[in-house]
Amino acid sequence: MRTAKSIEGAPPRVAPELLLRLYREMLRLRTLDERMMTLQRQGRVGFYGACTGQEASTIASAAALEPGDWIFPALREGGAMLLRGFPLVPYLCQIFGNAGDETKGRQMPSHMASKSVNQVSWSSCIGSQLPQAVGAAMAARIKGDKTVVAAYMGDGATSSADFHVAMNFAGVFKPPVVFVCQNNHWAISIPTQKQTASESIAVKAVAYGFEGIKVDGNDAEAVYGAVKAAVDRARAGQGPTLVECETYRIGAHSSSDDPTRYRDEREVEIWRKRDPIEAFRTRLVAAGLWTEAKDEELREKLAGEVNEAIAEAEKKPDPPRETLFEDVYSSPPWFLREEREEMLAVPKARRPGAAQ
Amino acid sequence: MAELTYRDAVAAGIAQEMARDESVVFLGEDIGAAGGVFKTTLGLLERFGPRRVRDTPISEQAIIGAAMGAAMTGLRPIAEIMFSDFFAVCWDMIANEIAKTRYMTAGQIALPLVIRTANGYGSRFGAQHSQSVENWAMAIPGLKVVAPSTPLDVKGLLAAAVRDPDPVIFFEHKGLYSTKGEVPDGEIVDRLGTAKVVRQGEDVTIVALAAMVPKSLQAAERLAAEDGISATVVDVRSLVPLDTKTIFEEVRKTGRLYTVEENPRLCGWGAEIASLVAEECFYDLDGPIVRITTPHVPLPAADLLEDNAVPTVDRIVETVRRNAG
Repeated sequence: MRTAKSIEGAPPRVAPELLLRLYREMLRLRTLDERMMTLQRQGRVGFYGACTGQEASTIASAAALEPGDWIFPALREGGAMLLRGFPLVPYLCQIFGNAGDETKGRQMPSHMASKSVNQVSWSSCIGSQLPQAVGAAMAARIKGDKTVVAAYMGDGATSSADFHVAMNFAGVFKPPVVFVCQNNHWAISIPTQKQTASESIAVKAVAYGFEGIKVDGNDAEAVYGAVKAAVDRARAGQGPTLVECETYRIGAHSSSDDPTRYRDEREVEIWRKRDPIEAFRTRLVAAGLWTEAKDEELREKLAGEVNEAIAEAEKKPDPPRETLFEDVYSSPPWFLREEREEMLAVPKARRPGAAQ
Repeated sequence: MAELTYRDAVAAGIAQEMARDESVVFLGEDIGAAGGVFKTTLGLLERFGPRRVRDTPISEQAIIGAAMGAAMTGLRPIAEIMFSDFFAVCWDMIANEIAKTRYMTAGQIALPLVIRTANGYGSRFGAQHSQSVENWAMAIPGLKVVAPSTPLDVKGLLAAAVRDPDPVIFFEHKGLYSTKGEVPDGEIVDRLGTAKVVRQGEDVTIVALAAMVPKSLQAAERLAAEDGISATVVDVRSLVPLDTKTIFEEVRKTGRLYTVEENPRLCGWGAEIASLVAEECFYDLDGPIVRITTPHVPLPAADLLEDNAVPTVDRIVETVRRNAG
């Protein structure tokens, strides 16, 4: 295992246009998360999992992939879909679970997916995406194409059996997969030191026979550099890598969680001072690539875009109830057709308080 | 026409599909160099090579997870789980992931894959190596469930499963691997969701699956010879989709239904069929529907215990004789 860190004051190794793109995407994600958490508290969405504090890890790692590469995400990587060009309105419709959702209101909020950007849905079961990602990478090798697969997880998932079987398969078959662990220090209420006795997450790769790299997950440039190198190696047929992005979950695990019950606010304060967006902006300004005035302008623009998209998404109706029978199988068997008719013969069930 | 064993029919079915379609790949434990612990996959590694026939670590979650990831991105994998009991080890991947992905992505991501497994009693392997778990798979929306009883059906239904756009759980019966049957030469492709009437009778209808089919046929012969009871035997073959048309037709003709299941009693597949028949054919019935099942116990290993736990020919004969009179 080695550690990769960007060097303070060193000239950017990443092209300025890309740095600015990363910054804009990170700021958009922050803006979106803040608005959506507010909406959740207002009861306008049922559940939300924010990425706050981890934007560098999510955005910069995903930016190291080619558009044809696949992402098998965990909870904090939904925003990677936006980076990859997925439009904001249907993205929000997934959270609202309405008719504008490409996935027809089937998945829990913040479990978005779209084949159009080669990103599958996060699994609520924790870690199960990892063997799947390995299989997708093995398939790429079998088909002889140059696709790389990114397999994301949090620190908590490294305790799951699926993490270990996936790492073992990856070590044995050496497919083009890059594991990206966002170690945000907390798996809901369990701190990393109670999750594992290993000195790091990255070191676990050594036992499986490939390289683990630990990187400052709040440093977008460092994340991009480490993941890009791993992706390049994977694409060149040099096998898997585990990249541990050390970051911090500034907010709650999700809208259903209250971290003040188990977490010392002083620790959060320390990490607030290492906010990935603040640090990035300071560096971009120091490098002459960005100004405070431009920043102010961008924030206003993003807030406007997000608010407009929310307004549009929120207007969409519920998904038609008969759609709940679709896509269980490639074509509906007799019993689903029968059950559909039975349901349509009775009045609609509505959630309490919903407009008639 | 060749006579094949049930076990040879497995390899023949896989080979037929791998030769036809380059996107079909095969992975599992001891399936390649060893030819399968039940010798069901002999010769496939030699014929198709290690790129497409992949021996894996002992890692059910990874085998099924990897097959899923490969199916999501364009291959048509066949994955083997050595014993169906081990489905419990990778049940998250089957029940929560594979079964639900088409639905949760609203059809964007299909999972054309087959999970083959050795199911059922007969090897004296005890409670963790001999279960019949087809009812587990039947309970999960999104899965198709197949369990053939003859070499011909193994080959044809396996081909149909590989070509199906949905995930198919393919239960081979380890007690049938050494049985033989005629299998015509050339390509064989059957249809999922179709039952077969394997014996036509007039007095009672026996509905059975996998290893319970030959037992039911033997019972039918005895009932005819000893009691003058003429029994129809239906081989269900496919639990999902279920061929209710054939089952209802055969029940209506005789007015009597017996299900013969290897599943432990509670929520065995026969309960579903009994419920459907009670709802759809109630006025055609001349007596109660009777289920013949393994008792609700973990399956024991000792010869005598195992043989008495699963439905026997004697038990089928006695049950039908007692109720059909």
